[in-house]
Amino acid sequence: MKEGSGEDQNVAPSMYSHVSRPSSHRNKNARKGLPFNVMLVGESGLGRKTFLNTLCESTVITGSEVTNAEQAHIAEPMQFKNYTVEMDEDGMKIILNIIDTPGFGDGIDNEQCFMQIQEYLELQFDNVLAEENRIKRNTKFNDSRIHALLYFISPTGHSLREIDIELMKRLGSRANIIPVIGRSDSLTPRELVLFKQRVMSDIVTHSISVFNFPDLDDEDEDAVEENSELRAMLPFAVVGCEEVINEDGRPVRVRNYPWGVVQVDNDEHSDFDRLRYVLLNSHISDLRDRTQNELYEMYRTEKLSGNTSVLANNTSQAVISAIGA
Amino acid sequence: MSAPANDVQDYVGFDTITQQMERKFLKRGFNLNVILVGESGMGKSTLVNSIFASHLIDTQGRRAAQEVIRKTTEIAPVTQMLEENGVRVKLTIVDTPGFGDQCNNEGCWVPVIKYIKDQHAAYLERELKPNRERIIVDTRVHACLYFLNPGSRGLRPLDVEVLKRLTEVTNVIPVIAKSDSMTIEERTAFKRHIKEELAFHRIMLFPYASDDDADDDRVLNASIRELIPFAVVGSEEVIEVEGKLIRGRRHGWGVINIFDETHSDFVHLRNFMLRTHLSDLIEVTSQRHYEQFRTSQLRQIKELRAQQAAAAASGGAPPVPTQAQPQVPISVMQHQPMAQV
Repeated sequence: MKEGSGEDQNVAPSMYSHVSRPSSHRNKNARKGLPFNVMLVGESGLGRKTFLNTLCESTVITGSEVTNAEQAHIAEPMQFKNYTVEMDEDGMKIILNIIDTPGFGDGIDNEQCFMQIQEYLELQFDNVLAEENRIKRNTKFNDSRIHALLYFISPTGHSLREIDIELMKRLGSRANIIPVIGRSDSLTPRELVLFKQRVMSDIVTHSISVFNFPDLDDEDEDAVEENSELRAMLPFAVVGCEEVINEDGRPVRVRNYPWGVVQVDNDEHSDFDRLRYVLLNSHISDLRDRTQNELYEMYRTEKLSGNTSVLANNTSQAVISAIGA
Repeated sequence: MSAPANDVQDYVGFDTITQQMERKFLKRGFNLNVILVGESGMGKSTLVNSIFASHLIDTQGRRAAQEVIRKTTEIAPVTQMLEENGVRVKLTIVDTPGFGDQCNNEGCWVPVIKYIKDQHAAYLERELKPNRERIIVDTRVHACLYFLNPGSRGLRPLDVEVLKRLTEVTNVIPVIAKSDSMTIEERTAFKRHIKEELAFHRIMLFPYASDDDADDDRVLNASIRELIPFAVVGSEEVIEVEGKLIRGRRHGWGVINIFDETHSDFVHLRNFMLRTHLSDLIEVTSQRHYEQFRTSQLRQIKELRAQQAAAAASGGAPPVPTQAQPQVPISVMQHQPMAQV
């Protein structure tokens, strides 16, 4: 894809090397930690915060600051909130950067939300573009491109809502979208199966691009089978909770209902564990690579070929001067 | 000689009026109109079918990918005759598909408020006819079930806007229909927040404090107010649990019985709506909401006529004569706020 004009066209090697298996990461980044940027998008009440806290097994995001009744009718504008957690996953050190988007979809008129997120995603791409084109590059450059965007769907049991379709359509080309059903303990097993089918059918019908576990190496039968399994699980049904009880000496995350107890880590109760493994282990490099090699490259091409609709929005001065436009 | 027989006839017999009324009522039957307001997927149709124990309405939610997304709120009334022990009810359930489902929900409540007011207007029109029917057909909305989103911390901005407007034209009963994803603690916290926010915005729900006539009313109404919003679970499915047949939902971790009071407020909601406060719902609609509508309408007519008379008296060209009974001005902004009781 590049015209072979040498080093200058390549991106600084340390953070962006193309590797496809976690084991290589383990060697390269054992000390520094592998940066992984995840954005959480979804209306409040679908369990974004709880998901994050459960994922990190600690209270990363505390309860809502809004405590009084006077605030109820005020639609808080959407914000981008950053949290960084160091994780150790199977001996691999990960610097997990979470960008939460409280306020998304909570107002009466939510049409601005999509543009804001799109701008955010593109800004991270712009930063990399600018950095790439510097004469003297910063080796400690912080790559804040979003490697995975978890979109929380409401467990209606019907199909996707307008806001779901609009968001995923608009952002599918800027980030790896992983659709997730929040509060999935609201659905019975049968309802969940049907709902997943309807959601995926909607995604196909509306030509929405989500991360569908592409097979990078057709020869690797295990990986192919694994990807096929994961594809069939989409969207992931999650239940998050922060209450930990002791069961036979093991800490278990549960939700206590009068009619039974939901175990978050139980694969029969939720896809949480599987999703966690995908994000932090099995597919962390696939997600990072696709962001770099496909999504970013596509954006870069659009931008550099003078596509005015892309150039028009928020082009930073650094980029303009760097590409000599 | 035998004692004289008593024939004083102290017992008059007017207490049989209750049986006479009952007989008349049984012959006539009654109308019940309920409107459902809430986003799609909140469990509206399942709940209503559960409350009346029959499949009254189908869900209007988007099921297939080919189905188009609604751009506005539609009004979909479905009428059916139900009978129980000789008592007949003409039940109209009004669904509102499209409400709250768009990215931009500004004004999504307008068709709902318009429908409710139109029913008042239609009744008023019939009432004011010189030759009016002996029994005026009652399509006025007696109850509005407002569906809250479980998982929200409390009222959302949309809820506040809509509830303010709805409570001014009809009896509103807020419910959480899919409360099976809320633990008991979460429900308690949610109900507390909701109550605080409702009080802050001075949103008045049925039953109204002014209707607490007798002591036992007060006690019952207080207990209802404690429960609001009702956290319920609906189901049309019959499942077997330990040899027994129940109506409920089978999860992977347990079975919910909708009639179990420890599982949900379903029984309380049903009893409230149908077994204790049914006649109140109908009466209060007439005495409070309809009266208020009627007063404001008649006042407007009076003012309009006064203006016309003044214009005519001052010799100016008479204004274009409007109808004697004006169409209901549907503008949501112009209705009179409720007098504080």
